[in-house]
Formats: sequence, structure tokens, C-alpha cells
Amino acid sequence: MGMKTLYLLVPLAPLAGAILAGFFGKILGRTGSHLVTILGVTISFVLSFVIYQDVQAGNVFNGAVYTWMESGGLKLQIGFLIDPLTVMMMLVVTFVSLMVHVYTIGYMAEDPGYQRFFSYISLFTFSMLMLVMSNNFVQLFFGWEAVGLVSYLLIGFWYTRPTAIYANLKAFLVNRVGDFGFLLGIGLIAAYAGSLDYAEVFAKRNELAAITESVTGWPLITAACICLFIGAMGKSAQFPLHVWLPDSMEGPTPISALIHAATMVTAGIFMVSRMSPLFELSDTALSFVIIIGAITCLFMALIAIVQTDIKRVVAYSTLSQLGYMTMALGASAYSVAIFHLMTHAFFKAVLFLGAGSVIIAMHHEQDMRRMGGLRKYMPITYATMLIGALANAGLPPFAGFFSKDSIIEAVHFSQIPGAGFAYFCALAAVFVGGLYSFRLIFFTFHGKERFRDVAHDAHGHDAHHDDHGHHGPAEPHESPKVVTVPLILLSIPAIASGWMIGTVLYGEWFGGAIVIADNHKGMAMMAEQFHGVVGMMLHGVTTLPFWLAMSGAATAWFLYIKRPNLPAVIKQKLAFPAMILEEKYGFDRFNDWFFAGGARGLGRGLWKGGDQVLIDGVMVNGSASAVGWISGLVRLLQTGRIYQYAFFMIFGALALLSYAWWTVLNRIL
Amino acid sequence: MNASLLSLAIWVPILGAVPVFWIGSERRELVRWFSLAVAVAGFLVTIPLYIGFDTSLSGMQFVEKAPWITRFNVEYLLGVDGISMPFILLNSFITVLVVLAGWEVIEEKQAQYMGAFLIMSGLMNGIFSALDGVLFYVFFEASLIPMYIIIGAWGGPNRVYAAFKFFLYTLLGSLLMLVALIWLFLESGGSFNILDWHHLPIGIKPQILIFIAFLVSFAVKVPMWPVHTWLPDAHVEAPTGGSVVLAAIALKLGAYGFVRFSLPIVPDAAHQLAPMMIALSLIAVVYIGFVALVQTDMKKLIAYSSISHMGFVTLGFFIFNQIGVEGALVQMISHGFISAAMFLCVGVMYDRMHSRQIADYGGVANTMPKFAALFVFFAMANSGLPATSGFVGEFMVILGAIKFNFWVGFAAATTLILGAAYTLWMIKRVVFGEVGNDKVAKLKDIGSREFLVLGLLAVCVLAMGLYPFPFTEVMHSSVDNLLKHVAMSKL
Repeated sequence: MGMKTLYLLVPLAPLAGAILAGFFGKILGRTGSHLVTILGVTISFVLSFVIYQDVQAGNVFNGAVYTWMESGGLKLQIGFLIDPLTVMMMLVVTFVSLMVHVYTIGYMAEDPGYQRFFSYISLFTFSMLMLVMSNNFVQLFFGWEAVGLVSYLLIGFWYTRPTAIYANLKAFLVNRVGDFGFLLGIGLIAAYAGSLDYAEVFAKRNELAAITESVTGWPLITAACICLFIGAMGKSAQFPLHVWLPDSMEGPTPISALIHAATMVTAGIFMVSRMSPLFELSDTALSFVIIIGAITCLFMALIAIVQTDIKRVVAYSTLSQLGYMTMALGASAYSVAIFHLMTHAFFKAVLFLGAGSVIIAMHHEQDMRRMGGLRKYMPITYATMLIGALANAGLPPFAGFFSKDSIIEAVHFSQIPGAGFAYFCALAAVFVGGLYSFRLIFFTFHGKERFRDVAHDAHGHDAHHDDHGHHGPAEPHESPKVVTVPLILLSIPAIASGWMIGTVLYGEWFGGAIVIADNHKGMAMMAEQFHGVVGMMLHGVTTLPFWLAMSGAATAWFLYIKRPNLPAVIKQKLAFPAMILEEKYGFDRFNDWFFAGGARGLGRGLWKGGDQVLIDGVMVNGSASAVGWISGLVRLLQTGRIYQYAFFMIFGALALLSYAWWTVLNRIL
Repeated sequence: MNASLLSLAIWVPILGAVPVFWIGSERRELVRWFSLAVAVAGFLVTIPLYIGFDTSLSGMQFVEKAPWITRFNVEYLLGVDGISMPFILLNSFITVLVVLAGWEVIEEKQAQYMGAFLIMSGLMNGIFSALDGVLFYVFFEASLIPMYIIIGAWGGPNRVYAAFKFFLYTLLGSLLMLVALIWLFLESGGSFNILDWHHLPIGIKPQILIFIAFLVSFAVKVPMWPVHTWLPDAHVEAPTGGSVVLAAIALKLGAYGFVRFSLPIVPDAAHQLAPMMIALSLIAVVYIGFVALVQTDMKKLIAYSSISHMGFVTLGFFIFNQIGVEGALVQMISHGFISAAMFLCVGVMYDRMHSRQIADYGGVANTMPKFAALFVFFAMANSGLPATSGFVGEFMVILGAIKFNFWVGFAAATTLILGAAYTLWMIKRVVFGEVGNDKVAKLKDIGSREFLVLGLLAVCVLAMGLYPFPFTEVMHSSVDNLLKHVAMSKL
């Protein structure tokens, strides 16, 4: 079997699983459906590993599978680019996906849409793999939109819930705003480079850098990169297109882990890294990127502090971490962004799947105010989530420390305008990150067992049909093996994947996949300072970020363990800032009013005023009535009275005669 | 045999309609099966057109020529190129689906119903293959009659108003075209051959007048803003089959007119008036997108969505680059599949609930899961999701537009947001949610015949989205030739 067959099998195996579970789910049954999809993803994980070893041996592949379309000199082909960047994404995607598939067996055990769910997550895996393995913009866009589609279907998986179908429409439309920019970026590249193949476009990068867009007068590369980045802002939920991600928590928890934390939302980060040869040519674009990343990183972390829904805390934490990755991109530290993408995929998947495990134990209760003291009932979930939280807060030796610390360093070294602001945001967010991560842990697993206080009729919006049936007070218990084993397997890389830092960041790992301009020296300077994993940890504990994270954790301990009634007091004292955070800076309200309401208002105005009044009323029916009116006038003449006709005849004859006479007179005189 | 393929495509359905009328509506089973047989035969005779088509040639193929009215040099002249050939297949294919869709639903005068569609199918094949001005005009006008009857006889409560509006709008438009055709006949020294007209030198003033005469006629058909208001009314009142043919084929006639008449016969006027055409197209895309958003009637919503999508077609033609023109043609074919499917989906629900109002639905997915899956799929195609045919045309036209002028591309690309907004908002209210009311609770999922019709369209939509290469391949030479021709001034 040639390598090309393997490349093809990687995305096609999950696709086959999705088709089987989707169309023949009834015949296959529940077990059959999860078996075929898990088999598909396993095949693609194992093959990804084989391909990884091949790439490690120095084999890079760039080739077409088939010609999709050809028009106007533009040849668009479906094909694969297999290089270190791709293969790392393939490993992350297939591994997390596999874990989530297994976990789903437990999480969705009693859901009537079991087969449908497996079909969707396998379809997602296929789409995501198409996205990362692409060697051209068209297929990238295909994967980009396909993951968006599956995300839409999965957020709205429980399609009878009003909140879920509101959230999925919102997610799709906000993403479409990003895609609008993305498509314009692709269009600019196609128009000026005459190709949408990565290698061909990158080969022309120096010519492109010199071009000014003919109509707008913008520098082409800057315009194209900012347009492409707008796409990334949609998919990777960057301010101000972040609004869809928190709402996407309406979907079942396994997909929150897979799609809305580990893989799909990082597509934007991956895309910008893939485009590094282009972004490196425009400091303006990079500056835009770093500022957007910085805003997202700090301001979304702040919201996480006031959330009480366990999943939403993790969601805002995801936004903040995506902000970190985006900052790294802006600082030309693409490899660091990808490195953080990888570590984040593991520890955030742990946090989400852990949260899911808690949610099962709590009978689909997600409000942390009704939890507390769970650690003795769910030791495995507790331990793994603690690992996740430590990694998320960026404490050594956990994975998040290495990647996050490197990002902060890279931003520190960056000379791009806006880097100073970004550095401040990055540091502040470290403190906030420590605070919300441990608030989550303490609130959920420590302190008083608040779940006993609450009557179980307060299920709220989570009392949907897949509820576990046995309502009423019950002892929380640890989740089954299909849930805990993936948690454990994921927490291993959540601890250890950071130790690869030397190889990934400073060891030529990415080879030619990532290009950095000579004047962006951050990475080179970091490489000089790097003295191994242990050295980095020892140095780490002497620097500001470590102590900021520690003090964040300590603050959480003080507020939620030591003085648990203090948060309420603080909230009362700081009512206004608390409200701003709880209102999430008012974005949802504004978007609903201005964009959704405004579009409807405009539509109604154009329809009633334009179509109905102006076009139909005045022009169409108006001309019809004008015909009627004129014929009405003419009808008056047809009276049927001979003397009137005679009168008109004489009158007409007289008029003609006088006209003739008048012209004759004119000629004579 | 090869020599008369086009005649077969035209006359098999038309002559096949005669026995359908003769069988009569009382013998329901027989009339259905016979109509289906005629429709399928009509489709089969068009397949050799695709197989035998030589993609390397830019000129007309399968040409048939016979004298008709020798006094005025009018000929029975048929032929297709890479631009028109796909539409003959599309039309004949859609006719099969329309016959299947009217299988049980049409209870009154089924023979006449089926016969009208078969005749219309043949007439429209005639429009796409006629190369003689008078022949074209006769087919063009004749095709109004069956559609008028279909809306007027099998339509909804307000069908008479809608049928009249449709008829008068389009008839008034085409009268100006007749004037232009006669002028061209006189100017060319007595020829009605459209291809002769392509090479006829014409001054700029007459060019502009002719362009406007054609424009009025074709713009009504497309329809372009602001002469579009007949379409929502016609769709709302038309029976499902009528809507399908109207959206999938009849709208394409206007667009086809632009490429067969306006662009090659009066290229200088086309260039001079292109800014206006682009502006009108963009208004269609954006303005109509907003209007579609607030519709409460599903058929109206899809009708407005059609106008918006057809805006891409006219936009693609008037940016004069290959990817734009081919994108417009691809969009025409794709829109044929998708709009047909969307109207059929609404028809499926209408047959059960007798309502097209969005507010009367809600949670259809609970009771009709198979149907819901297909409806969501077509909705996604309508929003231009990649891997569906809806993406290909829009993508090509947007690429072409950005190449032409960034801001034109910018305005066109707003469809990404608007199209998704109006389509998926409808889906949210109709398909998802709790079961809306008792009537929805009693809905039965689609049967095998409905599944077959929608399934066939789904396969087409997906296939064209995944592999559009064969479609553009067919067009290359002809479009290339057209653009070269249009670039040469006639002054």
C-alpha cells in the first residue's frame, strides 16, 4: 500500500463510519454503530501515527487527488499536503476524537439519538482531517465550512430545546460573518496569484508583497491576510466574533470537548500558521492579530470568573486560551501557537470531559452552586480535572506551563506594534486563569456538599429527554469506565506533552512548514535562552507568570475555601463591574438588537416600502390603473349619440382646416 | 439519428402529450404511468447530446436545418453549444421529477396537468436549441401558455391574479424583444439566423436600443430587480410542479437570453451598460436577501431566495471574465436542482398540512425525520455550503467579481451571511423545536416516491458539489469563444 493510499484512508475511514452509522444506524443498532465509528477513527489514528513516523523520516508529500474544477486559468484540485504541521494536527485530531468517541458510549448511553450522534462526530473527524490535510485554499474552505456544518448539527443535537436551536443558528451565522472575510481573502489571492494551491501561492509571495490592490489601493498582502484572519476570528472565536462559543455549550458535552475546545476552534490558529509565509510579509496584519488575541485572552478570562455553569467556565477559559494562541501568531511564534494548540487540546478535553462526568453524576445539573464536595465521590474525575486545571493555569510541570510560558515570552520579545499591550494582557490573564481554574475546582469538588440542599425540581433547562431517569436525591457516584478511561488517557498528555517543547519549538520540527521573516527575531532569541525542560521549569518558578498564576490560585482558595461567603460580599460591593461581566460586556444584547433586529427591520422596510408600495403599488398596479384611467376617459367619448359624433367631426374638420389655412398664411406672409 | 436528436428532445414530450390527453383523467393509473414513460423517454433522448458532445468545439453542434417560412427566410434551425446543452438535459430531467411529484397530489384533471408539463418541457427544449429568431420567439412565447394554464387551473386561491400578473409581465417584456428581432431582420438584409446577427455590425445607438429591448424581456424572466414582483406571487399560487419548473427552468430562459442575444449581438452596448447590470444584480443579491429574511410564507421566501441567487447569474455574465461567466452558468444549473428541491420540500409539507406559513409549523423533525434530514441538506445547499452545488457557482462568481472589482465581490459575498440567515432561520422555525401543534404531531414521514424524487436531487446536488469538473469542462470552449467575441467591438 503506497503512502498516498494511507493519506486517503485517514479521512475516508471516519467518513465511512459516519455514513454507516448515519444511514444504517437502525440496522447496525447502537453497539454496531459505535463500533463502526470507533473502528474508523482508530484506523485513522493508527495511520496518522504511521504517517507521522514517515514524516519524521523526512518525507513530505504534496500532491493532488483529483481536479475539482478548472475555469479561467484557475485549476482547483483536491489534494493533500503532508508535512510536520499537518501530521501534528492529524495526531491531535484523531487522538482526541478517538477518546471522545469512547467517552460518548457512556455519556450518551441513554439518548435516543445515539447513532446519529456517532455519525456526526465521525463526520466531524472526516471534515477536520480534510481541513488540516489540504494543500489548497478550496479544500481548506470545504473543511472549514464542513466542520461548521457539523458543529451546527451538534450544537442543535437536542433539537427540541429552544436554547439549543437558537445557539446553533447563532453559531452558524457568526461563523458565516467570519467566512465572509475568509472568502474575500481567498478571492484576493486567487485574483492576484492566479492559483489557490498553497505551494504555488507561497512561491509567488515576494511578487505579491509588492502589489497594491487596484481598486481599494490597499497593500495586497495586508488586505488578504486581514481578510483571512477574519475567517479565523469566526472559527477560533476571537473578539468580537466570540459570541457563539459560550452558547455552543448547549450541545452535548463530548462535542464541547472535541469541537468547541480541542479541534475545530483551533482551525483558525492552524490556518494562520499554515499561511505564515503570507502573514510574515505584513506587520500590519500581525499587529491586528496580536491585538485581537490580547483582547480575547484577557477579557474573556474575566467573564469566566463570574460564570456559575461549569461548562461555561470552561468555555470562557477556552476563549482565553485561544486568545493566547492568537497572540502567539501575532508575535510570529507560529510553532508556539501550534504547540499550545496541542497541549490545550489535551488539557481542555480533560476539563470538558471531566465536567461532563460531573454533569452525569449530578443528573444533568450544570450549576456549580449546586455542587461542592464531590471529590470523595468521584476521585478519578477529580484527579484528572485537577490535572487539567493545573495545566490550564500554566503551572509546571504540566503541559500548559511550557506552551503558555513560551507564548508570554514570545509576546515579550515581539516588536510588532501592539505587543506591549498584548504582553500586559497576557500577564493579567495568567492571574485570572489561575483564579477561574481553581475556582472551578474548589467550587465543584471541595467545600460543602450543596447538592443535598437543593430540591431536585430545580433542574432548569437541562431537564431534557436524555435525563438519566432516576430523579430525586441520589448519591453522586464515579462515572463508568468508558468515561474515566478516556479521562485518564487524556490526562497523560495533559501532563507530559509539554515536555516535548525542546523538540517541537527549538528542534527544526516544523521544517519548512512555518516561515518566519528575518526581522522577527523572537523565536531565535527564545531558542538561545532555552536550556532544556528542567531548566525552563527552574527558571519558570522565578518569573512573574508563575507567581501570578499561584496568586490567582491562592485567591481562589481564599475566596472559595477559606472565606466562602466573601464572593457574595464582593459582588455586592462591586455591583457594576460584576454586572458588566455577567452581561458579557453586552455583546449578545447589542447583536440581537442591532444586527438581528436591524436586518429584520431593513428587510421589512425594503419589502413593504420597496416591493409592495413602490414597485407593485406605483409601478405595476399603477400602470394597470393608469391604463384603466385613460380608457375611462376615452370611454367618455363613446357616447353613442350621433349629434355628439357629428359635432366632433365638424370640430375636427374645422381644426384641420384652420391649421392648413394657418400654414398657408404663414407661407404667404 | 445524430442529426435529429434536438428535434426528438423537443417533439417527444410534445407529441407524447397528445395520447396523455386522449387517455384522459379518468384512467388515473394509466395516465400517470404513460406520462412518466413519455417524460423518461424525453430525458433518455437528451442523454446522447451529452455523450456525443465534442467539448473541443466552440460552435454549434447537432445542427438541424430546414426551411420554414421561406418568404421571410425563417428557418427551422436548431443547434446547441456548451452553454445551452446542459439546460436541455436539466429541463428533461426536471420534467421526470415533476411528473413523479404530481403522482398522487393532483386529483383533478390529471391528464391535462401532466400534458401541460410535457408540452412545456418540449417547448423549453426548443428555446434552448433554437437558432432562428422567429423560432426562438415562437417557443419563448408558447411556453407562457402552459405555465399560465398550470397556475390558473391548479393554483391556489389567488391564482387568477397571479396568473395574469405572470402573463402580462412576461408578455409585455417579450413584445419589445419582437421589435428588436424584426429590426435585426431588416438590418441584416433579411436573415433571422441568430448566428448571422452575432456578426452583424451595428452602431452604438441602435446597439443600446436593442440591448434595452432585450433587457426588458429577459430581465422580467430572470427576474431582475425591479421587475421581479410577479415571481413571488406566481410561486405562491402555483402548484408544486409549477413552482419547480418555474424556478428550475423558466427563470433560466431569461438568463440564457443574455448570453445568446444581448452579449454577442450588441457587445458594445453590453460593455457600456455593464455597470448598470452589475448594480441591478447586486441589488438583487443584497436587497432581495433582506426581503427574503422577513417572509412568513415559505414559498415566498424561497421565491425571493431564487431572485437573489439569480442575481449571481446576471452578475457573472456582466463581469466578462471566464470564471464569472462559467460560474453564472454553473449557478443556473445548480439553482435548477436546489430550487426544485426546496419547492418540492415545501410541497411535501403543503400536501399534508395545506399551509405554507412558517408559523403553522415547528418541530417537523420530530415526526418526519427522513424528510427533515433532506430538507436541512437542501437548505444547506441553498446557503451555499461547500460540497453542494450551491457553493460552486457562487464561489466562482465571487472569485470572478473580486478579480473584476473588489467591492463588487464584497457586495456579492454578503450572500454568505444573508443566504444562511434567511434559509436557516426558516429551518429553525419549521424543522426544529418542540412539536408545534397537533397537526404537526400527526404528520407522516415521506413515502418512497417522495424519497425517490428528493433523493435523486440530493445526489445531483452532492455530485455537482464534489465534482463540478464535467460541468465546466463542457462549457469551456463555448464560453471562451463567447468572451472573445464580446471583447471585439462591432463599431
